[in-house]
Amino acid sequence: MSRHNRHIILSEIGQLGQDKLTNAKVLVVGAGGLGCPILQYLAAAGIGTLGIIDFDVVEISNLQRQVLFGTSSLGKNKAEAAKTRLEDLNSEISVIAYAEKLTYQNALELFNNYDIIVDGSDNFETRYLVNDACIITNKPLVFGAIYKFEGQVSVFNYQNGPSYRCLFPNPPQKDAVPNCSEIGVLGVLPGIIGSMQANEVIKIILGIGNVLSGKLLCYNALTSQPSTLKINKSAKQIELVLKGKDNFNKKQLEIDCEFQSDISIKDFLFKDNVQFIDVREAHEQPKVEGLEITQIPLNQLENNLDSIDLSKQKMIFCQSGIRSKQAVSLLRNSGILNCYSIKEGALEIIDFINSRHCEESR
Amino acid sequence: MIITIKYFGLIAEVTNQSEESIDFSGRLISDLLNTLYAKYPDLKNKDFQVAQNQELVSESTEITGQELALLPPFSGG
Repeated sequence: MSRHNRHIILSEIGQLGQDKLTNAKVLVVGAGGLGCPILQYLAAAGIGTLGIIDFDVVEISNLQRQVLFGTSSLGKNKAEAAKTRLEDLNSEISVIAYAEKLTYQNALELFNNYDIIVDGSDNFETRYLVNDACIITNKPLVFGAIYKFEGQVSVFNYQNGPSYRCLFPNPPQKDAVPNCSEIGVLGVLPGIIGSMQANEVIKIILGIGNVLSGKLLCYNALTSQPSTLKINKSAKQIELVLKGKDNFNKKQLEIDCEFQSDISIKDFLFKDNVQFIDVREAHEQPKVEGLEITQIPLNQLENNLDSIDLSKQKMIFCQSGIRSKQAVSLLRNSGILNCYSIKEGALEIIDFINSRHCEESR
Repeated sequence: MIITIKYFGLIAEVTNQSEESIDFSGRLISDLLNTLYAKYPDLKNKDFQVAQNQELVSESTEITGQELALLPPFSGG
């Protein structure tokens, strides 16, 4: 009995269809919550060449939803760890792991080697990079994205259909939409959405059914209700991307999601070699006392970079934790590393310092 | 006219509900948005698209349908 027998005995697939799967080359961007189920089903289905690009390593908090990994994968690169698991799942396919970040410099060359690109990334900058690279290399893009209990699925750039920019022309303002590491996600949700993405990939390769092109499927796991919205193509948006084709590989990624930028005062109050920076306006109360603090209002930060102590870890705070985040991205964009946003506001920081002092004097 | 508005993702958190019906007499999607901005000031800083009768529309589109949806982008993976 052959491995793919249950496909082959379906009249809609047959040996001919299975051969199409064997000859297909699919690249999955990101081996996280979405990437794991996508890769698992594509490998099991016998996609002949499966590429995985991910720079990140497996952490224990990933295991709640990233089902390709186990305790033995902790600390390993996700693309490599996924490859190990997938080769065990299906030894008849070729799995290629790219343990690196997808960038404007490597995207076009990489995409050219594949027939279909699947987006399982976790940030807007990569999503727009993937979309634009798919337009330039003329590859269909199987898109999926999640937020808490809700997911979106679509197929872009398929047979002259709309692209992601036809739906959302530009990325939202920075930090406007939090990601999973900040807000949490129902573990099974990426399993559902990623499986839907794998299904679209297989339909495209086999040429059966209706591909989810020109439509956005929205799924709510709490109500189990799907709704499908029609997306119209915007020739203008696609032309804009094509116009930027020659400068594409000169662009730079701005985000730096390789380390967590949000931290709690509880973890850092008594560490050495720290510069605390208050980015509130001078008149804002209450003042934080008992710590050495550099005061630079957010709107003057850019002109006061020389007040930043490059030899120290920068802990930035404000009234509520929002401006401090903006300050971190501003500093990072200026090439200053080791900047963290304290998620607590000034009042909570003071409360924490006071409670620690009480404990010490007891 | 009574219209039903569905809210997705972050937008449902701003409006504190996933769906509501309102009696609305304005002409354009932009008129409806202004009404919603007055009701939910935080909506102004959010990115979203509007769908009317399951089709994405622009702010200058006339309101013809009875079901609208406010749809934000998701980035999570």
